[in-house]
Amino acid sequence: MTLTHYLVLSGILFSIGAAAVLLRRNAIIAFMGVELMLNATNLCLVTFSRMHGELTGQVLAFFVMVVAAAEVVVGLAIIVAIFRTRRSASIDDVNLLKS
Amino acid sequence: MSAALSAAALAADLTSSLPAVGALPRAVDSAGDPSTAEAVLFWVLAPVMVLASLGLLFARKAVHAALSVILVMICLAFMYVTQGAVFLGVVQVVVYTGAIMMLFLFVLMLVGVSTADSLVETIRGQRWIGWVAGLGLLVVLAGVIGTAAYPEPTGLGSANEASNPVGIAHLIFGRYVFAMEVVGALLVTAALGALVYTHRRRLTPRLGQRERAEARVRDGQHLAPLPAPGVYAKHNAMDVPALDPYGQPIESSVPRVLRVRGQEADAAEYAARIDRVLAGKAAVDRGTSASDEQGTTAPPHAEPQSAPIGEPRIADAVAGVDAGAPDSEEGK
Repeated sequence: MTLTHYLVLSGILFSIGAAAVLLRRNAIIAFMGVELMLNATNLCLVTFSRMHGELTGQVLAFFVMVVAAAEVVVGLAIIVAIFRTRRSASIDDVNLLKS
Repeated sequence: MSAALSAAALAADLTSSLPAVGALPRAVDSAGDPSTAEAVLFWVLAPVMVLASLGLLFARKAVHAALSVILVMICLAFMYVTQGAVFLGVVQVVVYTGAIMMLFLFVLMLVGVSTADSLVETIRGQRWIGWVAGLGLLVVLAGVIGTAAYPEPTGLGSANEASNPVGIAHLIFGRYVFAMEVVGALLVTAALGALVYTHRRRLTPRLGQRERAEARVRDGQHLAPLPAPGVYAKHNAMDVPALDPYGQPIESSVPRVLRVRGQEADAAEYAARIDRVLAGKAAVDRGTSASDEQGTTAPPHAEPQSAPIGEPRIADAVAGVDAGAPDSEEGK
C-alpha cells in the first residue's frame, strides 16, 4: 500500500458526502454530508502533509476544523429557526421565494 | 508572540523530559512509506468508513445517519494518528465527534427524531441527476488522483522532531498567527450569529398564573383539580376512569396521555365486577377467574359475608335508574 490509498479513500468519502448533499431532503442529513466532505478534505491534507514532510497541511486542516465548527453553529441555528416557523426540517419546504 | 513561542519552547522541554510523551509520535509510524501494521489498519478501517458513510446516503432515520458519521469521524481520528498527526487526531475526537456531532444530535432531538425524508420530487429527475453528479465527481477525483505525479514521500520524522503538537504550535503562533486571530473573530461572530438566529421576540404578553386562573373563571371551566382515576374497592389503576355519583365514568379522570394512546380501560367492566361483589357472587368469581384479577384483597366492606346484606346499590347507579342514588345511599 502507498500513500495514494489514503487519497483514494478521501476521494470516495468526498463524493459520498457530495451525493448526500444532492440527494437527501432532510436538511440535517444534507448538512452532515457537508461535514463528511470537510473531513475527507482534512484526510487529504494530512496525507499531503506527510508526503511533503511539512506541518503546514496539518495547520490548514486545523483551520478547516475551526471553520467547520463555526459553520455548524450557524447552519444548525438556521435549521432550527426554519423549523420553528415552518414546522419542517425538509429542504423542499423552504420555497417562499418561489414565483 | 514571543510569549507564545517561549511557551512552545517550554512545552518542548517538558516533552523531551517526559520520555513517554516524546516517544509517542515516533512510536507510531511517521516514515514516508507505510509499514505493514499501518496497511493492516488501513484495510480494516477503510471499508468500515466507506460502509458507514454510505449509511449517510441510505439511512431512513436521521439519527442513524448521524451515528454512522460519528463512526467515520472516529476512524478518521485513528488514521490521523497513524499518519503522524497526533494533535489533529485528538482534535478530531474532541471537536468533531465530541462537539459538532453532539450538536447535530441535540438539534435532531429538538427538531424531532421521527421526521422522515419526503419522497416527493419537487424537481423532476433530481434523484437521477444527483446520482449521476455524485458518480461523476467520484470519476473525476479518481482520475485526478490516478494521474497526478507525487513526490517521493518524505515522512514527518524531521517535522515532528519536538513532538507533533509543538511543531504545529510553532506554525500556528508563528507564521499563521494572524490567521489564528481571524479565526478567533470568526468563532465569536458565529456564536453571536447563532444567538441572533435562534432569538425569539415575544409577540403576545406573557401568560402567568393569575391570567390563566382569571381566564378559567371567565370561561366557566372546571375550577377544581380533576378527579383521580381508578378509585374502586377492588381495582386501583391509572387507566380505569372513576365513577361519578350517578355511576357514569368520568373521562377526564384518566390522564390525557393514556386517553390519547387509547389505553383507557373500560369502566363498565370494573363496575360490573364490583356489582358482582356487592351481590355476593365474589366467592364464585374468585374461584373461577382469580388469575386475571390482580390485587384481589378487597376492603372489609366488600367481603362476601357482608355483601349479601347490602342491596346492589351501584348496579342501580350504573344503570342510571335512580337519579338520586347518592341521596338514597345516604338514607340507607
